Amino acid sequence: MWMSELPAFIPFFIGAVVALLTRGHLRSFLMLAIIVLSGLQLWMLPEAGVRVELGFLEYQLVPYRVDALSRIFGYVFHIAAFVSVLYSLHVRDTIQHVSGLLYAGSAIGAVFAGDLLTLFIFWELLAVTSTFLIWAQRTERAYQAGIRYLIIQVLSGVILLAGVLIHVSRTGSLAFDFIGIGTVDGWLILIAFGIKAAFPFMHTWLTDAYPEATVTGTVFLSAFTTKTAIYMLARSYPGTELLIYVGATMACFPIFFAVIQNDLRRVLSYSLINQLGFMVCGIGIGTALAVNGAVSHAFVHIIYKSLLFMSMGAVLHMTGKIKATDLGGLYKTMPKTAILCIIGAASISAFPLFSGFVAKSMIMVAALKEGHDWIWLILLLASAGVLKHAGIQIPYFAFFAHDSGIRTTEPPKNMLIAMTIAAVLCLAIGIYPTMLYQLLPFKTDFNPYDVSHVLAQTQLLFFAVLAFVLLNLKGLYPPEVRATNIDVEWLYRRMLPRILRSGFSWIRRTDEALRGVAMSKVNNLFDYFSQLHYPGGKMSRMRPTGHMVMWVAVLLAVYMWLLLSFAN
Amino acid sequence: MADKKQYLFDNPRNVKLVLYSLYISCGILLLLDFILHRHISHSWERLLGFYSIYGFIGCVSIVFGSKWLRTLVKRDEDYYDSDELKKEKEGEHVDE
Repeated sequence: MWMSELPAFIPFFIGAVVALLTRGHLRSFLMLAIIVLSGLQLWMLPEAGVRVELGFLEYQLVPYRVDALSRIFGYVFHIAAFVSVLYSLHVRDTIQHVSGLLYAGSAIGAVFAGDLLTLFIFWELLAVTSTFLIWAQRTERAYQAGIRYLIIQVLSGVILLAGVLIHVSRTGSLAFDFIGIGTVDGWLILIAFGIKAAFPFMHTWLTDAYPEATVTGTVFLSAFTTKTAIYMLARSYPGTELLIYVGATMACFPIFFAVIQNDLRRVLSYSLINQLGFMVCGIGIGTALAVNGAVSHAFVHIIYKSLLFMSMGAVLHMTGKIKATDLGGLYKTMPKTAILCIIGAASISAFPLFSGFVAKSMIMVAALKEGHDWIWLILLLASAGVLKHAGIQIPYFAFFAHDSGIRTTEPPKNMLIAMTIAAVLCLAIGIYPTMLYQLLPFKTDFNPYDVSHVLAQTQLLFFAVLAFVLLNLKGLYPPEVRATNIDVEWLYRRMLPRILRSGFSWIRRTDEALRGVAMSKVNNLFDYFSQLHYPGGKMSRMRPTGHMVMWVAVLLAVYMWLLLSFAN
Repeated sequence: MADKKQYLFDNPRNVKLVLYSLYISCGILLLLDFILHRHISHSWERLLGFYSIYGFIGCVSIVFGSKWLRTLVKRDEDYYDSDELKKEKEGEHVDE
C-alpha cells in the first residue's frame, strides 16, 4: 500500500501545476497518467476505507474520508475527469487544462471531505475554478454569463458558511454527517446544497451558464458541481421527505422547457436538472434501495451526460453551430459521432441494456415500495419526457431532421476516443450491472432485468417514440424557432434591475426635491441678509450724528434716575 | 457545396423501413402484454397496456404543454442582450 493517506485531490492539483509547466504531447500524457494513477490509488485502498484526521485549534478536521458512499463518487469523478481531459487534449489553451484539473480536484476534495470546514473550502474552490471554464470561451456573452454564475455559486458558499458556523456553535463539532432539517443551520446548509443541486427556482445558473462555456468546458461542468451537491444531500439529508417533492418537481418542469429550447446544449442543461430530480427524489425516499438508486443514477448519469455533451460539443466544434434551427442531416458526414450520441441518448432514456435503465428502475421501485404512488406516476411521466427531449430531440435535430446542407468531418481523434470510452461504459454497465452494484453504499441483490421491468419500460419508451413520430408526421410537434425562452432568471436579469432602477430613480427624485427645498430656504436667507444691506435696507440707512447724542443723553438720564432711586 | 451523394435516409424507402419497424415493434409490445404475465405492484398496472398508453399520452401531453409554455416564455432571441452583446453579434456577422 503506497501513500494511502494521500488525499485524492492532491494528485489533481499537482497535475494542474504540471499542466501549467509543460506543453504539447508531454502535457497530454502527464495529465492522463496522473488521473489514472490517482484512480488506481483509490481503487487499491482497503475495503474499510481511510480516515485522515488533523487537529485545528480545538476542532478536529478530517480532510480525507473514504467510505462506501464517498468512494463510488470518487471513482466516477476519476472516470469523468479522465474522459473530459482526453476530450479536451486537442485544445491549445493552458487556462482550460489547468482550471479543468483544479475543478475536478476540488470536486474530489469536496466529496472526500469529512468535516464541514474542509467541505466549505472545496465548495468555494469548485465555484472559482469552474468559472474559468466559462470565461475561456472569451466572448462578452460568456463573460457576463460567467459573472452571473460566479455570483450565485459564491452565494451558495456564503450560505453554507453561515450554516456551518451556526451548526458548529450549536453542536460544538465540525463533523460532516447526517444533518437533517428542523434547525436553522440544517435549513441554511440545505439551501446551500440546493443551489448547487439546481433545486427549482435556484436552477437558472445552470441553464444560463453551461451552454455558454467552451466546448470542452461544458463536459467538465456537467459532471462535477451538481453531482457533488447530490453526494452532499445523500450524506446529510437522506430520508428528508421534502426532497421527494423537490425531486419530483425537478424531474418534471425542465422537460417542458427543454422541448422548446433551440440551443441543443441548453436542452441538455434542462435535461440535466430533470436527471438530478430523480436522484434528489431517491435521496428523499431514503431507504437503502432508494439511496442506492440515487447513487447509481448519479454514477451512470455522469457518464452518459458527458457523452451527450461531448457529442454536441463535437458538433459545435466542427460546424460552429449548436442551434437546432441551423443543424440537421449531420449523420451524413459525422456518422460515428451520431452513433455515439444515440448510445448516450438511449442510456439517458433508460432503454434496457443501457446504463440509465439499471439505475433509474431502483428509484422507481423504491418509490412504489414506500407507497409514493403519485410520485411514481410523476417519475414515470418524467421518464417518458427524458426520452422526448434528450433521447430523441438531441440526436434527431442535430443529425437527422431536415438537411441543413452542412458537410463537415468527424471531430479530432481524441474527442472520438473519449466519446467511445463513455459509450462503452454506458453499454457495459447496462449489460452487466453487477459491476456497478458491487460499488454501492448498501449491499443489494437488485435485479433490473426481470420480465415486468423490461416489458414495462420498453412499452413506455416505444410508445413515447411512436407519439413523437406521429406528432412529427402530422406537423403538430412544435417547430424549432429562434427565440429566448425566459425562466426564473428573468427575476434577477430583468425584474430585479427594473425594481432597483425605479427604486433608485425614486430616491434620486426625492433627494432632488429635498435638496431643492433646503437650497431655496438658504437662498431666501441670503436674499434677506443682502436686502438688509442693500441701499434702502435697514442696515444701510443713514442716520444723523445728533440721534446718537440724544440717545446717549437718554441712557444717561435713565441711569441717573435708577441710581438715585436705589441709592443703597 | 453541391453534394450529389445519396445518403442512407435520402432514400424514402429507408425512412419508411424505420417507421414501419417502429409500428410493428409497438404492436408486438402491446400484444406481449396479453401473453406475458407482469407481476403487479400497483393497481393501475393491472390495466392492460397501461405503460403503452401512459407513454403515449404522457408524451403527447408534454408536447402540448410545451407548446402552451412557449406562449408564456417566448421572447426575441436577443431579449437579454445588452448593447455590448449586440455589437459583438454584429461583429460576428461582419466576420462572416
